[in-house]
Amino acid sequence: MATTTLAGRQLDVNEEGFLTDPSQWDEELGTALAAQIGITLTDAHWRVIRFVREDHAVKGETPTLRRVSTVGGIPIKELFQLFPKKPAKKMSYIAGVPKPVGCV
Amino acid sequence: MRNLVVLGAGTAGTMIVNKLRKALPESEWGITVVDRDDRHHYQPGYLFVPFGELEPEDVVHPRRRHLHKGVSFVEAEIDRIDPEADVVHLADGRTLPYDYLVVASGTTPRPDQTPGMAEDEWHRSIFDFYTLEGATALRDALASFTGGRLVMHITEMPIKCPVAPLEFSFLADAYFTKKGLRDKVEIVYVTPLDGAFTKPVASAEIGHLLADRNIAIEPEFMVERIDTDTKTLVSYDEREVPFDLLVTVPLNMGAEFVTRSGLGDELGFVPVDKGTMQSSAHANIFALGDASDIPTSKAGSVAHFSVEIFVDNFLQLVEGRPMTHRFDGHANCFIESGYGKGMLLDFNYDTEPLTGTFPLAKVGPLRLLQESRFNHLGKLSFRWAYWNVLLPGHKLPVPTQMSMAGKNRPAA
Repeated sequence: MATTTLAGRQLDVNEEGFLTDPSQWDEELGTALAAQIGITLTDAHWRVIRFVREDHAVKGETPTLRRVSTVGGIPIKELFQLFPKKPAKKMSYIAGVPKPVGCV
Repeated sequence: MRNLVVLGAGTAGTMIVNKLRKALPESEWGITVVDRDDRHHYQPGYLFVPFGELEPEDVVHPRRRHLHKGVSFVEAEIDRIDPEADVVHLADGRTLPYDYLVVASGTTPRPDQTPGMAEDEWHRSIFDFYTLEGATALRDALASFTGGRLVMHITEMPIKCPVAPLEFSFLADAYFTKKGLRDKVEIVYVTPLDGAFTKPVASAEIGHLLADRNIAIEPEFMVERIDTDTKTLVSYDEREVPFDLLVTVPLNMGAEFVTRSGLGDELGFVPVDKGTMQSSAHANIFALGDASDIPTSKAGSVAHFSVEIFVDNFLQLVEGRPMTHRFDGHANCFIESGYGKGMLLDFNYDTEPLTGTFPLAKVGPLRLLQESRFNHLGKLSFRWAYWNVLLPGHKLPVPTQMSMAGKNRPAA
């Protein structure tokens, strides 16, 4: 466990830079996290990020791409366009939640 | 008189009814298990069928033969569960009322969920090996394959037995080497994960083994469709992997009646408490084996260990006591690595697969995450133990909870 400073605040992060406490997140921080990985957030991105945040809050786990697609209504193809190469990792990084675990 | 109804007479369902029949008096409890047919498949055996090391009939027994006296077996399709009325509706119109229900209907490969997969090339140049039909058809395809690109592909996690595609790749390498064709066969491992396995230590150890065997890996590949004209896998981010022979693990989904009953998540798996396997929505429903959404491998060993926990808890629950046992996600998987050797993985929710010895420190005799002849023999002898020790509900000399004994802890 480490701490880092971003957008003028102290944050708890893991070795990959993911927030370990989702409550430290707000939308301003989401914008700053996205900028860290070269993404400028549009409305389409925000639809995904907000779904990931809400679903994580209810289920206690980060949704998989399939869940974002079937439950959140955003096609997987679009997720790859919005968050190129590693959508699952990038959307959870920006949303301040852990990487999805559904892969054991 | 109270009724326990179990849906599915596979590994988890059979163990549960056999263990509980011994523990609950017949004068007080009716125990019924439902399945659509009377054929119990030893699924770990599928892997050996394509290479001609097991015959298809070697892996199938009648389900009835493995059910204890006093268990009622109903052979029928399930239409749906009505969790408000505590009734199971069968497709033929019969109904089964229950006090407690266990969903143990497993996971099913669904090639119909990927465009191009279950179409004209299915069982011609595209095969699965998670069904006996698929494994048998693949045996004939391998026997006549004289060279080209063999692609082992995983559609999406979670899948049943997540090490089996690795095992298939290792065994294919050994198979074509033995036939003197290895230099004519290119083997490619295509996975949605970022490496050979989900966890870092195992991913690194197994990654080396793939490289040693000259098996190329194409990571982070999420298939969108298969182009059957050009015989190409196409990903969502428009990468392409051509194949001559495709061995795929289709999308895994829970039983359709689970979804019809409103009990499933987006893949048809039943959301449960990961320590008790009790449904998050209904306190008198449990899901065991591959049918639940617990975050560990969908594997027979997980079914086995979680059933032990469930049975102890269930006996407390029906007496009105709190359930005191919690499942730790323990999985224990042999990996066939070819040439008469195998590896062993032992892990749980919190501890990734590590190197070391099993079950005893230093002594072993099994070695974790390293190839040995003994591990291979362990896997082969397990088929006998499955039918004769595990299904009847006897104890195997393996701990239910994962132990750190013999494991090498990674540097923090």
